[in-house]
Amino acid sequence: MTLVLSQLFTGISIGAVLLLIALGLSLTFGQMNVINMAHGELIMAGAYTVYVLQKVLSGAGLSLVVALPVAFVVAGLTGVLIEVLLVRRLYARPLDTLLVTWGVSLILQQAARDVFGAPNVQTRAPSLLTGSIHVTDDLVISSSRVFILVLALAAVVALIVGLRTTPLGRRIRAVVQNRDLAAVSGLATGRVDRLTFFIGSGLAGIAGVALTLIGPIGPTMGTNIIVNAFLVVVVGGIGQLKGTVIVAFTLGIVQSMVEYTTTVSVASVIVFVVIVAFLQWRPQGLFTLRTRSLA
Amino acid sequence: MFRIRGRRSAAVVAAVAAFAALTACGAKTNDSTAASGAGATIDTAGSSVKVGLLNSLSGTMAISEVTVRDSLKLAIDEINTAGGVLGKQIEPVSEDGASDWPTFAEKAQKLISQDRVAAVFGCWTSASRKAVKPVFEKNKSLLFYPVQYEGLEQSPYIFYTGATTNQQIVPGLDYLKAQGKTSLYLVGSDYVFPRTANKIIKAYAEANGMKVLGEDYAPLGSTEFSTIVNKVKASGASAVFNTLNGDSNVAFFKEYKSAGLTADKMPVVSVSIAEEEVKSIGTQYLAGQLTAWNYYQTTPGAANEKFVKAYKAKYGADKPTSDPMEAAYTSVYLWKAMVEKAGSFDVEKVKAASAVGGITYDAPEGKVTVDGPTQHIFKTARIGKIGDDGLIKEVWNSGEPIKPDPYLKGYSWATGLS
Repeated sequence: MTLVLSQLFTGISIGAVLLLIALGLSLTFGQMNVINMAHGELIMAGAYTVYVLQKVLSGAGLSLVVALPVAFVVAGLTGVLIEVLLVRRLYARPLDTLLVTWGVSLILQQAARDVFGAPNVQTRAPSLLTGSIHVTDDLVISSSRVFILVLALAAVVALIVGLRTTPLGRRIRAVVQNRDLAAVSGLATGRVDRLTFFIGSGLAGIAGVALTLIGPIGPTMGTNIIVNAFLVVVVGGIGQLKGTVIVAFTLGIVQSMVEYTTTVSVASVIVFVVIVAFLQWRPQGLFTLRTRSLA
Repeated sequence: MFRIRGRRSAAVVAAVAAFAALTACGAKTNDSTAASGAGATIDTAGSSVKVGLLNSLSGTMAISEVTVRDSLKLAIDEINTAGGVLGKQIEPVSEDGASDWPTFAEKAQKLISQDRVAAVFGCWTSASRKAVKPVFEKNKSLLFYPVQYEGLEQSPYIFYTGATTNQQIVPGLDYLKAQGKTSLYLVGSDYVFPRTANKIIKAYAEANGMKVLGEDYAPLGSTEFSTIVNKVKASGASAVFNTLNGDSNVAFFKEYKSAGLTADKMPVVSVSIAEEEVKSIGTQYLAGQLTAWNYYQTTPGAANEKFVKAYKAKYGADKPTSDPMEAAYTSVYLWKAMVEKAGSFDVEKVKAASAVGGITYDAPEGKVTVDGPTQHIFKTARIGKIGDDGLIKEVWNSGEPIKPDPYLKGYSWATGLS
């Protein structure tokens, strides 16, 4: 029983990481339909922010707390820069966006290599997060994983509340549901796009901060995880926050359970097969957005 | 009208130029293949001789391989200051294998046919060594490989200056057995070294009454270890044998500590974590865990004191020295000894000089001797414990250098392995 519980927690914590990574994408890809291949590099930017702050501020705990807002802004502004310079000009050409942002991702990776050096780097975790919480004698859960879970859930709640209740959230939803109608109603859709992109990219930065607690920071860390994030968003249903949340946790739990009884590689294969089969059955994903737009 | 014609003729000129460039390239390639068929040509004209340094300077393996490149350069600098080899200065040509095995093969070929180096030093993972092995054999050029590996290999064009299994893994297992550990869990990266090493470990365990309770592999560079650590924990094994490579170790040990596992409860013996990795993984995660190597920064002796001092002077007082670094440093001096004995840089003459035997060097790990027939070296096995200061203290050694036995011919339990 302890085993099942601790595996369940492992699955949930893998899901939380997936969720954090996919959350930003669910805005830029899900809401705006922009396939931003450089999203992984925005995660990397967030992770390196922690590394830089740790060099400047001595305390590991302080730098982690400071890193959350700073990484949000750093990644967000990088995202806005990409949007203003490139993506904005290509909204009508999704395939070109894919190629251009892939190019941007290569440029950002090389930039990281030039600035921080090619070898991966590590950060120190605050002592509060290196330990573990003993639920029972056998059931031990890692405190850094709990932190990531809380962070992911907080980000989801903030995003839902923001989209539902704030004027900006209303505008974002209006533009997503019917861009033309929003425009003729007097909404500056360009500005809304830029803000959406800022928040989506900023969330990638937060994900980057969380990832420093698990593994090393390197120029290619973004590319390794971005595929899974796209999977989560596609399976969850494009533009559907609740779909992203449900799928992230489901995938995490399935991955950890299958991995426990088989091996890492077999588990990845099985997860992919399940996803392909699912998309055959529901190509539009778990949830779909009902709109009256013709597009 | 005229403008159009002008443009067209410009295009024709460009096309002709491109064609000419292409054919020129083609001719060049043909030349070099013809040359490589007859054995590698070494550029010995001039006052210097080139050697290749082939290490991953980027990607997941860079954490380890950059330090090997640095110690190779240290040895080269020292030899150059002392007058070089056969009166020639050594000129290193460094290439980045980028933690990617096909890139290693490509860069090896470039070093041999374009830079015409006398020997290449480098590679870390066995996957990269297996990728370049055919390149060195085809071109009849020399590789000095400085890292412990899984054995079961003996290329006529590779000198192995790291440990083979009977100088590292088998002594590590002997140590665990002597400590009363009866069951093992095997964790490794998913490529040739961990899989072969674990085959050997399982054969050993079976013959020595130890139980292997589980075996798991993570893709190289993987950072998700929570499930594997849960499995390790649930198995209740008395020790873990870790063959993870690169910075997967960072994620593994962070998770291991978070799961409440400690060196007292379930020690981990690692064969790819040395001082440099301890520093970057973080001592807080590793203190008390065991390693199996042939050299530590704390190994006593005048030769080691000199090496540690020279390395710190060149690269910084906070830089530790480690086993693969020491083996790399030693490999340059062994090559020098072979070349001087042969009186030539010619690969076949160098090999012949070593085959006779008697190539020795007072290395930081102690006096090492090249074993002529296997092209491996005699090494003392040392088990160490990672201390709070990030250094590794020896807790056991084999007393004398062990004769290399890459195919484990001297062990009856190993007869089924190949």
